[in-house]
Amino acid sequence: MSLDKKQFLQAYRTMRTIRDFEYRVSDEFGKGNIPGFLHLYAGQEAIATGMCMNLDDDDYIVSTHRGHGHCIAKGGDVGDMMKEIMAKQGGSCAGKGGSMHIVAVEKGMLGANAIVGGGPPLIVGAALSAKTLGTDRVGVSFTGDGGSNQGTTFEAMNLAVVLKLPAIFLFENNGYGEGTAAGYAVGSKDIASRAAAFGMPALKVDGADIFAVYETCKKAVKHCRSGKGPIAIEASITRFRGHFEGDAQAYRGKNEVKRLMKEMDCLTIASASAIKKKLATKAQLNKIDKEVAEYIDESAKAALAAPGPDVSELLTDVYSSAY
Amino acid sequence: MPIKTYRQAINEAMAQEMRRDSTVIVIGEDVAGGAGCDGDRDAYGGVMGVTKGLFPEFGESRVIDTPITESAIMGAAAGAAQTGLRPVAELMFMDFLGVCFDQIYNQAAKFRYMFGGKAQCPMVVRTMAGAGLRGGAQHSQNLTQMVTMVPGLKVVCPTNAYDAKGLLITAIRDNDCVIFVEDKFLYETSCEVPDEIYTIPFGEANFLREGSDVTIVGISNTVNKAVAVADRLAAEGISCDVIDPRTTSPLDEEAIIESVETTGRLVIVDEMTPRCGIAADISSIVAEKAFGALRAPIRKVTAAHSPIPFAPALEDAWMPQESDIEQAVRDVLGYTR
Ligand SMILES: Cc1ncc(C[n+]2csc(CCOP(=O)(O)OP(=O)(O)O)c2C)c(N)n1
Ligand SMILES: [Mg+2]
Repeated sequence: MSLDKKQFLQAYRTMRTIRDFEYRVSDEFGKGNIPGFLHLYAGQEAIATGMCMNLDDDDYIVSTHRGHGHCIAKGGDVGDMMKEIMAKQGGSCAGKGGSMHIVAVEKGMLGANAIVGGGPPLIVGAALSAKTLGTDRVGVSFTGDGGSNQGTTFEAMNLAVVLKLPAIFLFENNGYGEGTAAGYAVGSKDIASRAAAFGMPALKVDGADIFAVYETCKKAVKHCRSGKGPIAIEASITRFRGHFEGDAQAYRGKNEVKRLMKEMDCLTIASASAIKKKLATKAQLNKIDKEVAEYIDESAKAALAAPGPDVSELLTDVYSSAY
Repeated sequence: MPIKTYRQAINEAMAQEMRRDSTVIVIGEDVAGGAGCDGDRDAYGGVMGVTKGLFPEFGESRVIDTPITESAIMGAAAGAAQTGLRPVAELMFMDFLGVCFDQIYNQAAKFRYMFGGKAQCPMVVRTMAGAGLRGGAQHSQNLTQMVTMVPGLKVVCPTNAYDAKGLLITAIRDNDCVIFVEDKFLYETSCEVPDEIYTIPFGEANFLREGSDVTIVGISNTVNKAVAVADRLAAEGISCDVIDPRTTSPLDEEAIIESVETTGRLVIVDEMTPRCGIAADISSIVAEKAFGALRAPIRKVTAAHSPIPFAPALEDAWMPQESDIEQAVRDVLGYTR
């Protein structure tokens, strides 16, 4: 049931790709090559990876303002994403969306959402399509601890239960919504049991442990595919970066980030445990690291070199046909 | 007189009113920041730092950090306003109006009328609007038109630090629900702002430049662009009246009409989309009430009819620029029947 050798290497590669991608866009942001706001997923890689490895291309996910990791894990094209974030031609959204609206529709990644709590109702709709059209697809909404408190999220969970839809509400509890602690803002303190109160099973998992995330998500997907209705997962995790790039993070404790980066790094934990379980060798992992680094570098260079969109595109795609 | 930024002026208005009136509270997401955290409380003071320092002075019973829950924030503010408090509720970005609009337009705006004058709703919604920061389709909108069309709401769009302070104090003392729209481009701008408490009445336009050839009306930051254009054109001998209505509801129709009666030409600049916007509204008022004075068709300079694009070149093309305003002024001046 757990990750085999091949799967582990795939998981590791995905996590490493997300991490390198995030650090590269952080650098490029620092150099002024990325306009707008940037929210990075560094530290949370195991969650998107462990979930999406259990999904097929035609299953659906919806994401948040912190969506790069979800998009990569669902198979989104890294080159296109890099271009989008740099506002270039050939970007995932043709340069019209940006980081907060990263998308890979062809891979079932229905879009990142800059409205906190915007996603959960949408995934109920995707699950409704799956059920109505008689496919066995499932829909997953990635939502933060902050987003878990929105009314839209509560309404979406209730509707999914009422209609018995194949929806997974995956809550990534990274401890903060901007500069407010989850321990303050989540009144019940426990996102999973609150979800359970809506009438669905709810699981909890250590979000830094790719093996545990993978197995928990596997159970959830099986539950949904077999027509048993929605299910929730709360994955506990931390974020390595500020809420947004440039966040001074004065609300975090002294040395907190440093400590958590040491204790809760999904990549370090995964490599140590895989080597111990003989799922991978150090050399194999190093090779992946090198390949990923090159791949990210190529994507970034291509994006930097690409031209921006032409202003003639300003009014295209507002409607489906000439207006 | 001391020079203060728009951010400081707004902060000072809140602090002074909170000192004067213990029923004034501030409520919203990260208005202090750091709730439940190990680090600094008041770590943010609002995402733009506008409420910074209020928490240390007034404490957690009056500077209230909430979960991410806009509907409940606005509803709670409305309910509290009905029962003795004067909440200043923060809606971080005006785009999030979509999440909480019912509590504002079906509830707060309607209490007084719907309950036969027996209820009131003295609350302020402070919110931040405006494009140009590459925030994309859901973090850049100015939705002033959506609130201006609602009877029962008052709508304020301060365009400089002096106005921001006086208008916010008026808003806090007002007995109706006031939407206070801060332009995110202006937080760092500064001008002379008295330390004393003062109020600026709603419905009184400000004439930023006086001229006789063309009237330019601007809303929010576009009025500052209009001033820059007027100053440039003045060198060519073209003189413009530049009017900042300061509040879109109530609207100082008289000031605009009087100006058009002198100039005969009107350009309205508005960063919102063109359909059913403030520019369209003012245009219809002038066409109806000052038709005889017009010597050229009214020109609206607005954003394009599309969501706000992310790419800088597209966003710049989307929103009204000084060059668009200048062209419109030249067009109305050059118009012949
Ligand atoms: C409706 C809405 N309210 C507020 C915001 C501003 N905002 C953006 S992200 C965020 C925090 C979200 O916290 P969480 O859901 O825990 O996600 P995380 O950032 O931790 O990934 C807030 C308040 C928003 N984008 N949308
Ligand atoms: Mg969070």
